Amino acid sequence: MAEDIKAKLENYHTAPFDTRFPNQNQTKNCWVNYVDYHRCQNALTAKGADTTPCEWYRRVYTSLCPMAWINSVIHE
Amino acid sequence: MAYPLQLGLQDATSPLMEELIQFHDHTLMIALLLSTMVFYTILTTVTTKLTNKNMLDSQGIETIWTIAPALILILIAMPSLRVLYMMDEVNNPHLTVKTIGHQWYWSYEYTDYKNLEFDSYMIPTQDLIPGQFRLLETDHRMVVPTDSPVRMLITADDVIHSWAVPTLGEKMDAIPGRLNQTTFVVSHPGVFYGQCSEICGANHSFMPISVEAIPLIHFEDWSTSMLAKI
Repeated sequence: MAEDIKAKLENYHTAPFDTRFPNQNQTKNCWVNYVDYHRCQNALTAKGADTTPCEWYRRVYTSLCPMAWINSVIHE
Repeated sequence: MAYPLQLGLQDATSPLMEELIQFHDHTLMIALLLSTMVFYTILTTVTTKLTNKNMLDSQGIETIWTIAPALILILIAMPSLRVLYMMDEVNNPHLTVKTIGHQWYWSYEYTDYKNLEFDSYMIPTQDLIPGQFRLLETDHRMVVPTDSPVRMLITADDVIHSWAVPTLGEKMDAIPGRLNQTTFVVSHPGVFYGQCSEICGANHSFMPISVEAIPLIHFEDWSTSMLAKI
């Protein structure tokens, strides 16, 4: 499993098609991956486990979300 | 790109735009044929010296000119829906480029690997060098690789703008707080222009878009050099 996620991360080009968001409006796609990354980080850190799987969500939201949106959330 | 006294669409640079042009030509031909037929019919009706005071109705011709328009509409609808669904096909993109509309310039972000972002301002007319196009050139172009599906995510920072590149068949509103997605493939290298397509204030006409398509191997060199510069 850990090897799978590492391989997936190494072969990452850009956010793949997400069937949950098939249409024009991708706002939720950006939001969901951002939230999932932080939830994943919190959950795995609380368990004391390796947080590498969370990297996937970080790559996806970095690809999708405008930098200004990410920065403004961080500063809030 | 556009040229003086242009009447038709710009030549296609993406497969989808080729389809759209074909559909446009098909539908326009039907419209022109019908208009010609109607114009001729009116002309002959108005100029004839023949009169017939006994014609009341005719079931035959009424049937024909009810069924025929329905068939013509079907002939138009079939390719229309075909292209419409083709535009929505899932294509796994190789690259995501974000563009943000501002008053009055576009900014581009390439964040799949590193965080490359830059602004793209129009080159003012007095600063153009010979050979450059007035109101279309920008200081930094959005560069994409040829033959690669590109996902565009379009939004805005202040008011509504619209990102349009006619030769790629692209136009998508840039709305603050919303991320609009569109995809395209550029068939051949070149520089392709567009202009902001939603009124956004004083300099709405002066925030053009220019897209440069280059082979993938050169794209990697470009992105490295842009990261070094910025």
